[in-house]
Amino acid sequence: MADLKDAIKEKSMNLQKEMLAKQFHDLSQANETGKKVVYTFVPGNLTELILSFDMLPVYPEINALQSGMRKKSADYIKDAEKMGFSEDVCTYVKCDIGMMLNGNIGPTGEKLPSPDLLLLSYTGCFTFMKWFENLERLYPGVPVAMLHTPYQEEGKIAQEQVDYMVKQLKEEVIPKMEQVSGKKFDPQRLSGMLENSARAEDLLVKVLESAKNVPTPIDAYFAGVYYIGPIFTAFRGTAEAVNYYHELWEEVQERMRRGLGPVTPEGELKEQKYRLVMEGPPNWTNFREFWKIFYDMGAVIVASSYTKVGGVYDLGFRHDPKEPLESLSRYCMGCYTNMNLPQRVGLLEKYVKEYKADGFLINSIKSCNSFSAGQLMIMREIEQRSGVPVGFLESDLVDPRYFSYANIKNRLESYFQMLEQRKIILRQEGVIA
Amino acid sequence: MNKFYLGVDLGSTTSKAVIINENDEIIGRGITNTRANYGVAADITRDEALYNARFSVLRRKLETDFDNKPAYRKYISDLESVFQYEQFKVRLDQLGEELLKTCDTYFRDEQQRTEILQHLRTIRRAFKPRIKHDYLYNNLGAKNQFFRDIVSEKYNEEVNKLDKHLFEPLMTVWDKSISPAENVRIQFDFRELVHRAMDELKVKYGNLPDTTDDNSSLHFDSEINQLKGSFEHVAESLQSHIDEIAQMEFNISNMTGTGYGRALLPFPEDCIRSEILCHAFGAHAVFPNTRTVLDIGGQDTKAIQVDSYGLVTSFQMNDRCAAGCGRYLGYIADEMSISLNELGPMALKAEKDVTICSTCTVFAGAELRELTNLGEKREDILGGLHKAIIMRAMSLIARSGGVFNEFTFTGGVARNPAVIKYLSQLVRENYGDKIKINIHTDSIFMGALGGAMFARRNFKTELPTAKSRKSVA
Repeated sequence: MADLKDAIKEKSMNLQKEMLAKQFHDLSQANETGKKVVYTFVPGNLTELILSFDMLPVYPEINALQSGMRKKSADYIKDAEKMGFSEDVCTYVKCDIGMMLNGNIGPTGEKLPSPDLLLLSYTGCFTFMKWFENLERLYPGVPVAMLHTPYQEEGKIAQEQVDYMVKQLKEEVIPKMEQVSGKKFDPQRLSGMLENSARAEDLLVKVLESAKNVPTPIDAYFAGVYYIGPIFTAFRGTAEAVNYYHELWEEVQERMRRGLGPVTPEGELKEQKYRLVMEGPPNWTNFREFWKIFYDMGAVIVASSYTKVGGVYDLGFRHDPKEPLESLSRYCMGCYTNMNLPQRVGLLEKYVKEYKADGFLINSIKSCNSFSAGQLMIMREIEQRSGVPVGFLESDLVDPRYFSYANIKNRLESYFQMLEQRKIILRQEGVIA
Repeated sequence: MNKFYLGVDLGSTTSKAVIINENDEIIGRGITNTRANYGVAADITRDEALYNARFSVLRRKLETDFDNKPAYRKYISDLESVFQYEQFKVRLDQLGEELLKTCDTYFRDEQQRTEILQHLRTIRRAFKPRIKHDYLYNNLGAKNQFFRDIVSEKYNEEVNKLDKHLFEPLMTVWDKSISPAENVRIQFDFRELVHRAMDELKVKYGNLPDTTDDNSSLHFDSEINQLKGSFEHVAESLQSHIDEIAQMEFNISNMTGTGYGRALLPFPEDCIRSEILCHAFGAHAVFPNTRTVLDIGGQDTKAIQVDSYGLVTSFQMNDRCAAGCGRYLGYIADEMSISLNELGPMALKAEKDVTICSTCTVFAGAELRELTNLGEKREDILGGLHKAIIMRAMSLIARSGGVFNEFTFTGGVARNPAVIKYLSQLVRENYGDKIKINIHTDSIFMGALGGAMFARRNFKTELPTAKSRKSVA
């Protein structure tokens, strides 16, 4: 979904662009067409359920990151701060509020409609709750549906937790959706959509796991958020999404057949020197600059946790048409941000091993409590368990004041030189072949 | 032919150069203040290291040919000091010209111009012999020995003696002249300069009084006493050796550039390395059991973990804020109007703990004034400031994984005795008594040393560096 105007594009990227343009156009026309609009969050989203009521979803985090990439976030944040939001508040929140104050113009330049329903599913991030409390004040009278997703404190999903969530869906979420949309809940329609979801999920996992190949045909972080992941959120459950992932999977298979490396904005990454696993969201205000430091030095991300915020499908979860509400509940609870810290460490350790990574990096986000908690512990655990060199970067989501190019470049340069030096000396010392 | 290797560490505050031989022994050190023109800073520090290397070779000869006689040792050390002065003198003349030139172009009013010019001439005449005296009789002591610092101190002293209305125009002339004078590389002929230094020494020793008791400005010692009668003989016996080292060719086989300004060094790309690797490699080479390195430089603090090969396994750096680095101390020294090198010794005299918030350099200045106002003693406040720096470093170390035995402290700040005191105290409190803490007299040169050692090993590889960001829209 990221907009990189002059970047070299693959067919799937153009397809994505068309789909997203249509989506934002539909949103801008919602008042005329009478479509109802639901604002909701990416982690643990109920996209299929929303679509089954013929409503349109809007994801404020995605709007914020889009504003970040379009260099609009600084002004939006400034306006939110003028309203009284503190410097330390999540910059997605401030950017979203600022965008609203400035006429709610979406990434395509078209106006986004006001919400008819705020669907608050707070999965792993308690700021979400405060965020929608603010939106509720800014859109007086808008109905709010709450969906509490229990955290995986025990490291597993218990049946009682599923029952608890299904109960909320039945008693809180679905009735509100029926009320707002004026339509009756159609379980069969939802099941049909979940069937599509599962198909797209199979394909997405194949694409992501193609990075286990050496060399990898994809970058699973920068490209992961740029064109592999986005369609998943807004379109999951549709035939178009299945079609998109078919197209993408074909493309990736073709890259593998031809022995091609990942796509970067400047074309194919030819020499892959370092394979990395990345934890934490990227910086959006300087996304391309940030990515360039990596591909210039021959580094490719083979697996990342951020692309699992919308679901950890590679651990086996699939939406299940036979048990629609149960599976939606399990999906919400299974997202990366809802996993406890030992589970996250376990997942990242598995990535380092299975994707044959040379190193592990964390991009720590100044204003994100949800991601930052436990990151130093995660880093140390990964270092001890896997023995790969670890690195720590600091930036922010959409506040450009916290992206210091010189600082980040210096750290990354040092980190990659450290990886290179290790290889040379350990080879000289006969420690590695 | 002997082979030598050069490491240049272009830091935010000082630029360091180290020359090593094939046995990884340091034979030359150079240090200067980093200035607007990084290339000049690098050239000057390298030239200095090369001159120092020649003197090192001379000292080594001394051990074999002269049985390390004290009088000879003293002569060589005096010679190196006067040699430095000879370079200094050329720079000083150049600065003098620059001051007059600035004055000429800056002041429109003829009367004012004439007045300032006259004062500038007097100032020059006054501080030149004083600087010479300091060099010749080693009176520079623990003060900063950089050209800019020494001259600015003397210039200020002279300006302060004059009427207040002259302060501003004279300081303006200074500000406009020091940068151009400093940002030019002057190439010296070692042989010519060393001969001039020998002549200067002849005068110095010839003028030595018979008894030194009545002259407190002279550092009386047995070595100088020995030289008094025999300097001509000493100089004569050393002459051919001095000529030899003056002609010696220093073949720098390979070099590495590091430090914050490394990308601006006029070095080939594959000769540039991150200072994190260099500091770790240098520290590990000097203390081979090092596992944790703390480096506090001018504007960054780094906590580095290394393995048994001296390879970095992880590191943490300060981010977004440089409170607690060398510049923090520089700022405090300015606030207190004392020299940077006096800070540590003064802080050691602290008798109680004054708590200072360590989060902001600029606010520390305000805190300092407030505490002074409350009647706290300077020494106690300085003690608190030094402790605050180490508290920040401890947090960074904790982030990087903690202190492992042995622990080596590097960087310019490692020369500050109060920093060492609090660091040792806090490391022991937090990580136990068994941690061995290493601090080397060359701690400020560790990055350059690591660089030189990488150069000697000559790893034939293209290390990753980010290309220019220009192509990014």
